[in-house]
Amino acid sequence: MSYKNYRLKTFEKASLCRNFENEVFKRVNEKIINFPVYLSAGQEYVPSSIAQIVKDKKQKPLIFGQHRGHSIYLSFGGNIIELIDELLGKKTGCTRGMGGSLSINSNKINMFGHEGLMGSNACMGVGACFSSAKPTIVFLGDASVEEDYVLASLSWAAKKELPILFVVEDNNYAVLTKKKDRRDWKAKDVAKAFKLESYDIDDQPKNIFSVLKKNLFKKPIFINVNTKRLFWHSGAGVDEEVKGDRLTVEKKFLGKKAEKIHRNIKKKIENLWKQRLEK
Amino acid sequence: METTLREVIKQITFKHLKKFKGQVFGQNLTGVGWVAGTLPKLYEKDGVIELPMADVANGGMVTGAALVGRRPFYIIRYQGYNWLNCIFIVNYACKSKEIWNKPAPMFIRGLSSEGGLGPVSTSSHISIFYKMPGIKIYSPMTKNEYTKTYKKFMKSDDVFYVSEHRKSYENKIELKNSLKKNLDIILMPISVTRFEAEKAKNYLNKNGYKVGIIHLYELKPFVLKKKWISMIKSSKYGVLMTDNDYVDGIIRTLAHKINEQTNKKVYVLGLKDKSAGYTRETSNFPPSALEIITKIKKIKAKKRL
Repeated sequence: MSYKNYRLKTFEKASLCRNFENEVFKRVNEKIINFPVYLSAGQEYVPSSIAQIVKDKKQKPLIFGQHRGHSIYLSFGGNIIELIDELLGKKTGCTRGMGGSLSINSNKINMFGHEGLMGSNACMGVGACFSSAKPTIVFLGDASVEEDYVLASLSWAAKKELPILFVVEDNNYAVLTKKKDRRDWKAKDVAKAFKLESYDIDDQPKNIFSVLKKNLFKKPIFINVNTKRLFWHSGAGVDEEVKGDRLTVEKKFLGKKAEKIHRNIKKKIENLWKQRLEK
Repeated sequence: METTLREVIKQITFKHLKKFKGQVFGQNLTGVGWVAGTLPKLYEKDGVIELPMADVANGGMVTGAALVGRRPFYIIRYQGYNWLNCIFIVNYACKSKEIWNKPAPMFIRGLSSEGGLGPVSTSSHISIFYKMPGIKIYSPMTKNEYTKTYKKFMKSDDVFYVSEHRKSYENKIELKNSLKKNLDIILMPISVTRFEAEKAKNYLNKNGYKVGIIHLYELKPFVLKKKWISMIKSSKYGVLMTDNDYVDGIIRTLAHKINEQTNKKVYVLGLKDKSAGYTRETSNFPPSALEIITKIKKIKAKKRL
């Protein structure tokens, strides 16, 4: 696939995620969804870009996400209706109404649910990868990568040369505490010290494409991707205005074709939500 | 020569690795004594996996192995390390089947000592697992019990915690219940205290007491059999339970369950509510036969008053 085509396909995935999250935002404000919700709007280019690469490589990895996982689920092809139902607490949801927003799961896309202890998925992902020898992706945040057990997992993945990708969606915040107030080290440097191939990049699809195209699932790789969270840590609100939202930038760059895709997806998602709410 | 429990555990582990392509995870497995001689001398190519010195992460990594169906054995060489290792097992592996319909069956072998090892590793620590949903807990002290527990595991998709005791590895005999109507008291010992409880029972029965015994090794789910309920109800003083975990742990929970079903008093003897040192004077030992005998004599004396 050409890079141009990759970029457009990635946009399509990211647009799906953004439109979905905007609908969830509305339902939280309308108090239709009453439990804690972790919106991934603004960060969707990370899983979307990776999911498109994985799709092109015809791989079906084991996926271990965390609490902010809607975009991971959607990017990798999780069923949209089942996610809506999950957020509405229905038994037809992707986690039979047990998962809420934080603990979503999908057997169809090999996505394992998260229990809520930040970074635990790094340990489980490494263990699952080791024991199955299947390609595996672990999505972390810049806060969870500080957990000691995450570091131990990185070390063991390197030692065993596992076919695993660690992705840090680095939005700079642990709830609202900035990285500079929490540590004086870069995740990439720590990963490198464990002898992992490691990168620190922003969420331009070009960057993600370029670091993963060669060695994905051939050796353990660690990427820290700087991104921007549009909404609150939990719930539907805005902490501050975000400049340089990746989806907006890409839409502008890709032009009318992207605008049309975005409009159509928006309509589709709105209709799906409407239908599920009426059921 | 009759085989020991140690030999049976080693045989089961060998079969699990070779026949069922299972895996065994743990720290210092191949280095020091092959887990008190309970592990066959095999290596990573055979499925015996040396984990790093990262207990919290290791519990999660074994959970990952369980999620992809390798039915791992996980050896925790001192139960004191349960505190570090239990986190992802009880919060993920044990809940995974119920929440995500993804079972994570694993066979945890937690080795317990019997005093003299300081504040953490001196005793059993199964109570921290006990309170969580989705786990099955056993403490087999005999060859038949261990074999039955393993067979159950292979038919199940649950997390099994198997509480082992170094002192039991040389054991060759089966411990049998001894029950009849109208006993003075019934002992219900757990884990390694079963050996001392047997001694206490034999001594007391030779000295004019009528003492029965129910050996408990299936701890969760805990089922009080109808016959046991009937015998406990007919006893004069009820039940005395003994354990090698702290007295305010699992034993009180079980005592309460027994009390609810029999309406008889259930006494408990476990580790004392104090921190343990390393010497005979400062450690915290499980109840001895003498302590059990003394307790029963006191119960009887108090009742007479």
